Amino acid sequence: MNNLRSRLAATPYLAWMIIFMVVPLALIVVFAFTTTVPCDAEGNILTDEEAYLIQEEETLIWEEQGTPEEERVSAVSEKTIFTVQNILEVNKYMPTMLSSIWMALVATVICLLIGYPLAYMISRMHFVSQKMMLMLVMLPMWMNFLLRTYAWMTLLERNGLINRFLGLFGVGPFNMINTQGAVILGMIYNYLPFMILPLYSVMTKIENTTIEAAQDLGANRLTVMWRVVVPLSVPGINSGITAVFIPSVSTFIISRMLGGGTNMLIGDLIDLQFLGNAYNPNLGSAISLVLMVFILLCMSITNAFDMEDKEGGMLL
Amino acid sequence: MDKNKIIELKGIFKEYNGEQVLKGIDLDIHDKEFVTFLGPSGCGKTTTLRIIGGFVTPDSGDVLFNGRRVNDVPPYKRAVNTVFQKYALFPHLNVYENVAFGLRLKKEKESVIAAKVAEMLDLVNLRGFEKRSVSLLSGGQQQRVAIARALCNEPKVLLLDEPLGALDLQLRKEMQIELKKIQQRLEITFIYVTHDQEEALTMSDTVVVMNGGVIQQIGTPQDIYNEPVNAFVAKFIGESNILPGIMHEDYKVEFAGDNFECVDKGFRHLEPVDVVIRPEDITICPPSDKVINGLVESVLFKGVHYEIMVRAYSDLWKIHSTKAPEVGSVVGIDFTPEDIHIMRKMESSEDYAALEHLNEQRAGTGEEAGTVE
Ligand SMILES: Nc1ncnc2c1ncn2[C@@H]1O[C@H](COP(=O)(O)OP(=O)(O)OP(=O)(O)O)[C@@H](O)[C@H]1O
Ligand SMILES: [Mg+2]
Repeated sequence: MNNLRSRLAATPYLAWMIIFMVVPLALIVVFAFTTTVPCDAEGNILTDEEAYLIQEEETLIWEEQGTPEEERVSAVSEKTIFTVQNILEVNKYMPTMLSSIWMALVATVICLLIGYPLAYMISRMHFVSQKMMLMLVMLPMWMNFLLRTYAWMTLLERNGLINRFLGLFGVGPFNMINTQGAVILGMIYNYLPFMILPLYSVMTKIENTTIEAAQDLGANRLTVMWRVVVPLSVPGINSGITAVFIPSVSTFIISRMLGGGTNMLIGDLIDLQFLGNAYNPNLGSAISLVLMVFILLCMSITNAFDMEDKEGGMLL
Repeated sequence: MDKNKIIELKGIFKEYNGEQVLKGIDLDIHDKEFVTFLGPSGCGKTTTLRIIGGFVTPDSGDVLFNGRRVNDVPPYKRAVNTVFQKYALFPHLNVYENVAFGLRLKKEKESVIAAKVAEMLDLVNLRGFEKRSVSLLSGGQQQRVAIARALCNEPKVLLLDEPLGALDLQLRKEMQIELKKIQQRLEITFIYVTHDQEEALTMSDTVVVMNGGVIQQIGTPQDIYNEPVNAFVAKFIGESNILPGIMHEDYKVEFAGDNFECVDKGFRHLEPVDVVIRPEDITICPPSDKVINGLVESVLFKGVHYEIMVRAYSDLWKIHSTKAPEVGSVVGIDFTPEDIHIMRKMESSEDYAALEHLNEQRAGTGEEAGTVE
């Protein structure tokens, strides 16, 4: 009875998921494994040269006979075929792929190192201060993403604020913008709240008496953290890592603004295939598919950690 | 000095947000003693316990363990362990690991841990629950795990904050007996917090009655019950008839419109007092000139006895008797001089504290009672 009702209630979400998640996902898979090739009237696949030659010939004939524009129907048409070529081609971009993953990983780890103690501190504060601190954490997110990143550009530039300030002391100027460091900084700055929030929400559920019980049994501050707080916040750590790593690994704005094109990420690559001059949606789909598989693998690893506590901590 | 003292509290004051929660707590706790803090909700029992445990620092006053001042010693270095009001088990660990927590921190050998945990689980009757997740245990079982976990560290003193508060009556009674057995078997000091007076009386060697951040009385259960020092204690421990009276001279008191002989002395001439008489000390007799006569207003069956309400003049008397008079009949209320307990009037607990302080100074026994504002 109850079961049925909850299933009914889930229907709209199910429909939403199918229309906006499953279908696009299927399209990406289809695109990734297909390519369009020219073919003749019988459907025989032609090479690009053959197609070009035939079309040249046709055009000549049409000009001679003065065929009107509407009646010129080419024998060469396009055909979509199955191929693994796109996937294999992704291999070519492996260095970009790896450096993206590496940078996202560094950003995620730093976010965890900054966010974890902060989230813990906030969760132990007085109720009113907790609200205040959370506001402060969220505050940057109220500003437009582009603007936020743009602000960092003006800070990091060669004659930006930081270099000018350091110049007052006769230090620098340093080359900060258009480096890997700048991109990672952008990632950390933009996605840190996504680390703090899930950690905080798991940590507020840890009761003070639980911590006191550990102290009572002989645990000092460090052991309390290690033996009680960390194990109990594993779900939050997992969702925090996921929430920072995934957008970091696939971002393209940050690298474009702070990396100056020299530090291309997978995101930039995919962007190029769809909207850029390298137009090739099939390759773009293949790259994102590989990325997706990779992220899924990562997530199943973190989920394996989660299996011990049955409480899922996915928040976002 | 008493060598047996394991914990001493000296003039402890504690304030929260401008509210005085503890107003000069002086208390000695002896080795192997079962001490109970008894008092109404919010009187500062938990706060006192947390000061002993090291989770709260007093604003002033000293905490001594074996004569050594431990005010600044953090909880994890104190030789006490606590059973918390709401168990506070570790939700990510199973029963075994919960109990073993303290030993693991001490880096004991696995074989030592296994033996000790088994012993503790035996003690609390939880053999066979080792692998169970603590969230799947009943309230009573969780309570036992909390006790086993605290005892595993072999503390000199075990602090228990209303450990049976969440259990039903039946289970509570069983656990009371078990806890008392455990205490006697392990020969350690138990400091037990409760607001259930019956629990306090059945289990304790010493009862500390508190109210409004002040200790009202310290004594054996018998002392507390038979010789309550003031109307608050009398009222809080068991049921009482408390009547306004006037002390005429030693052993002579006037109340309920008559003069009575009593066994108390040392009051001012015509000092207003509270007269306390326990319902079970009163016997119902045929009406006569020698006793107070009253009209039976109600009779309630209470299991072991009847609770009889008798109106005499403006006073309503509560009487416990195994025989039930008829409602509406006139009966006599009889008691002996020993049943009359005379207590100084107290307007508030502060007044009382001041009075107590005065008494101590007069008697010359007041070592150094906390300053009373
Ligand atoms: N951390 C705190 N912050 C502010 N006020 C507190 C704090 N802890 C206790 N109090 C206040 O101190 C007073 C005494 O509290 P305490 O917990 O010692 O009472 P208790 O005797 O244990 O009561 P109960 O039987 O309800 O547990 C209460 O008025 C309470 O509101
Ligand atoms: Mg309490």
